[in-house]
Amino acid sequence: MALLIKNGIVYDPLNNINGEVMDIMIDGNKIVSSINESKAQVIDASNKIVMAGGVDLHSHIVGPKVNSGRILRVEDHYKDLVAKTRFTRSGSGYSIPSTFVTGYRYAIMGYTTVCEPANPPLKMIAVHDELNDIPMIDKTSFILFGNNWIVMEYLKEGKIKECAAFIAWVLKRMKGYVIKIVDPGCEEEWKWGNDIEGLDKEVNNFGITPKEIIRGLCEVNKLLSLPHPIHVHTNMLGTPGNYRITIETMDCVKNIANNNQPLIHMTHVQFHSYGGSNWASLSSATDEIADYVNKNKHVTIDMGQIIFTDTTTMTADGSFEYKLQKLTGERWVNSDVEVEESAGIVPIHYRRNNYVHAVMWAIGLELALLVNDPWRVFMTTDHPNGGPFTYYPKVISWLMSKKARERVLKRIPRMSRRRTNLEDIDREYNFYEIAIITRAGIAKILGLKNKGHLAPGADADIAIYDFNPKQYDPSRDYKEVVRAFSKAAYTIKDGEIVVKDGEIIKPVIGKTFWVESEISRDLESSIASSLNEKFRDYYTVSVDNYVVPKDYLYKPWPIQVKAKI
Amino acid sequence: MVIYENVLCSVCGCLCDDIEVTVEENKIVKVRNACAMGTTKLLNYYKERNTKPLIKKDGKLIPTNLDEATSKVAEILVNAEYPLIYGWSLCSSEAIKVGIELAEEVGGVIDNQASVCHGPGIQALHNSGLPTCTLGEVKHRADLIIYWGCNPEDAHPRHLTRYTLSPKSKFIKDPKERKLVVIDVRNTITAKKANLFINIEQGADFELISALRAALKFEEIEEERVAGLAVEQIEEFAEMLRSCKFGVIFFGQGLTQSLGKSKNIEAAIALVKDLNDYTKFALIPIRGHYNVAGANEVTAWQTGFPFAVDFSKGYPWYNPGETTAVDILRRGESDAALIVGSDPLAHFPKEAADHLAKNPLAVIDPDISVTALAADVVIPSAFTGIEVSGTAYRMDRVGLLMKKVVDPPEGVLSDEEILRIILKKVRILKGVA
Repeated sequence: MALLIKNGIVYDPLNNINGEVMDIMIDGNKIVSSINESKAQVIDASNKIVMAGGVDLHSHIVGPKVNSGRILRVEDHYKDLVAKTRFTRSGSGYSIPSTFVTGYRYAIMGYTTVCEPANPPLKMIAVHDELNDIPMIDKTSFILFGNNWIVMEYLKEGKIKECAAFIAWVLKRMKGYVIKIVDPGCEEEWKWGNDIEGLDKEVNNFGITPKEIIRGLCEVNKLLSLPHPIHVHTNMLGTPGNYRITIETMDCVKNIANNNQPLIHMTHVQFHSYGGSNWASLSSATDEIADYVNKNKHVTIDMGQIIFTDTTTMTADGSFEYKLQKLTGERWVNSDVEVEESAGIVPIHYRRNNYVHAVMWAIGLELALLVNDPWRVFMTTDHPNGGPFTYYPKVISWLMSKKARERVLKRIPRMSRRRTNLEDIDREYNFYEIAIITRAGIAKILGLKNKGHLAPGADADIAIYDFNPKQYDPSRDYKEVVRAFSKAAYTIKDGEIVVKDGEIIKPVIGKTFWVESEISRDLESSIASSLNEKFRDYYTVSVDNYVVPKDYLYKPWPIQVKAKI
Repeated sequence: MVIYENVLCSVCGCLCDDIEVTVEENKIVKVRNACAMGTTKLLNYYKERNTKPLIKKDGKLIPTNLDEATSKVAEILVNAEYPLIYGWSLCSSEAIKVGIELAEEVGGVIDNQASVCHGPGIQALHNSGLPTCTLGEVKHRADLIIYWGCNPEDAHPRHLTRYTLSPKSKFIKDPKERKLVVIDVRNTITAKKANLFINIEQGADFELISALRAALKFEEIEEERVAGLAVEQIEEFAEMLRSCKFGVIFFGQGLTQSLGKSKNIEAAIALVKDLNDYTKFALIPIRGHYNVAGANEVTAWQTGFPFAVDFSKGYPWYNPGETTAVDILRRGESDAALIVGSDPLAHFPKEAADHLAKNPLAVIDPDISVTALAADVVIPSAFTGIEVSGTAYRMDRVGLLMKKVVDPPEGVLSDEEILRIILKKVRILKGVA
């Protein structure tokens, strides 16, 4: 069916459209250049903002870790119970919403694509079983490789092509999209209860350093022509003074880069930009981080903004969660996965009167404000680690309004203000830049050519927000920004109006996409027999049952690329 | 003749995935690698089986067709104020998903067997967290394996050989490096294999754990004996825990359902947390049925709550003790029930069972159970993992796809398909289709 979005104020940075009043035409599930207007349904978008549907680069929405979080935090659900309606299923919300509620809440904010960023391959049946139950949005999964024995062994032996073939095989077989690296090497040590510091110490039993793992996987990523760079949660997360290792991580792949193309994405950098040497001397080191990012085009980052609220931390960085529960005395889940990875969960309540939390809050915003190029910094809260994704409108308002930031700044401890730079930053994002850091830039770095923009040929995933820039100034009227971005006037998914006036009017099922990197047959068969052997020795499941069949996904959507090997 | 390799076994929470099944003319004739339970099920599942839907007329169950039977179930559920939908540990997660939707549609309660087995462990998780790992971690690293209140040699026969005591390990070259400890009130067949058997006094688990935590921190224990054990023995055991490289406690219903219930597990979690300050230690519930873990997983991600979910208010509500099956039945609150893949009449306390039988009762099950004999309508379903495929979750929450190796009997559908028909009919009756 044809749809005509009339007279919207369009922000479409990938096509250099900055607030022009124009029409967007949709036929079926695609944006087109012309339609038969007499037969089209018309949406009057005058005095409203039109953007491509939001894309979330990093949000923990499914997987055994997320589900453990739901079970751990039953008390968190009681304050946010969601009843069934004519169109929607029931569920529960707050920091780790149930699957249906997750889909609905994203759609209501005008988001149409979300990446789940940390899944161990062994648990991919669970991941896809759960992803199938997330309605409304397109979704994908990033697969953890940074502590995988088979990866470490191949890299140690210098078998980079075989390592790449193995990773291509896992991504295709288990249906994942990105090479995710979490605390490389160190999680293998954590499985013995140990810790290693720095990027240059060898991992016990494997004789390889974290730096070698990062560099190896970066090479693999290039060999496989994967659409997204390696997605790295580097070592020493959440530790005062860790900005040095963050810069070291970015720098260690610099000489692999060519043509200034991004080849490493550093995620939730707020947790990795700490100065000082202990919690008492904690300070912001965003000057150093932003300076590095500004000078080096091979890097992109996302914020990992924190929100002052009760939320739940969950990460494949099990060793960090161990330390966090020692620090806070909170409940602790740890879950180590054979051969592959670890994970941990600890609830946390970020409070604005807590000196450390206030510094963390400022750091996230500073990163977005000090990195000059919005195409290389993306908005995330590392949901739910920094705070629930439902706070995105608030983050947008902080980025667009110094006044909004000052409202919080004057309420945080004076010491936190002194140890951060936020007070001195005047920059305010405009809607064009907001469109970049919430959809266009993210779609681009994910290599999703049909998403994040509104040119003919793009997927008809569109958000319309009830905000009139002629009437309101986002800098002054930041509360209007929060209102408008919290409840989209319309969300259009695959050409259908699914949300109207902030309410779901049509439940739909989104696609699940993954990458299939085609490698040479010879290489593929050369690793087959050794893989069989490794599986027999290493895993408790057979290689036959280590698979997610394509038809297991409700709406499978493979993305094919051609490898260089 | 077809030989299927790496078939999953649909008996216990071990979910062994290396079974070899030989099929001749749609009949399983040979089974390799499975334990006695698995082999027996795979070779004999189809015997003494009813393949026709049954409906009660004049006090007797008589054969009917699927259409009438499903209509009857839909009618029972729609006419009830507060129906209970219970079972699920012997179903695929695909079926459980439809079950949850059905419970939501009729405003009933959906509960699963965790309610009467490992529920207290899950409640302890709410309060304390859980340091745990997959079974492969145990296979490669564990030099200290503790079975507490469980008897895997009987109930999970391949657990020791496949996952804990004797599997091939990357790091443990000699199986003798592994120490096996069993803590139980009885000298079980698992205990007979142990390097150390701790014969604990009935109902004294909490005391023993508390004493161990004290001993671990070199606190003075004033008593001479705790839980029937000399303090010296407890101190020795604490030293054994502290000095291992990787320890794991598997706990069963001896811990979850004995005096103290969830408090026992909270204490065990606290012990394991303490131990992680010295070494690496994990705790794994040894789950019974092949997909009881999956019932908790699916219910949790769809509703936020792992079992005992009440939809009578339109949103999910969870409060063990209030919304758990046995408690609802004992208080006489439910006025109808649908049982899927479970036999509560054979296992629930008498008052609960009586109330269940007194009210309209529907059963979906591949077998004729005790509950089925008392039901108003019985719908036979196909055996998941034998006749139909589906997802199940191992005790360590690793999801696996169960294979189909033979066709179900003519006209016998999967739990999922039957539930979908019922859901559709419920919606028609409610006028919301």
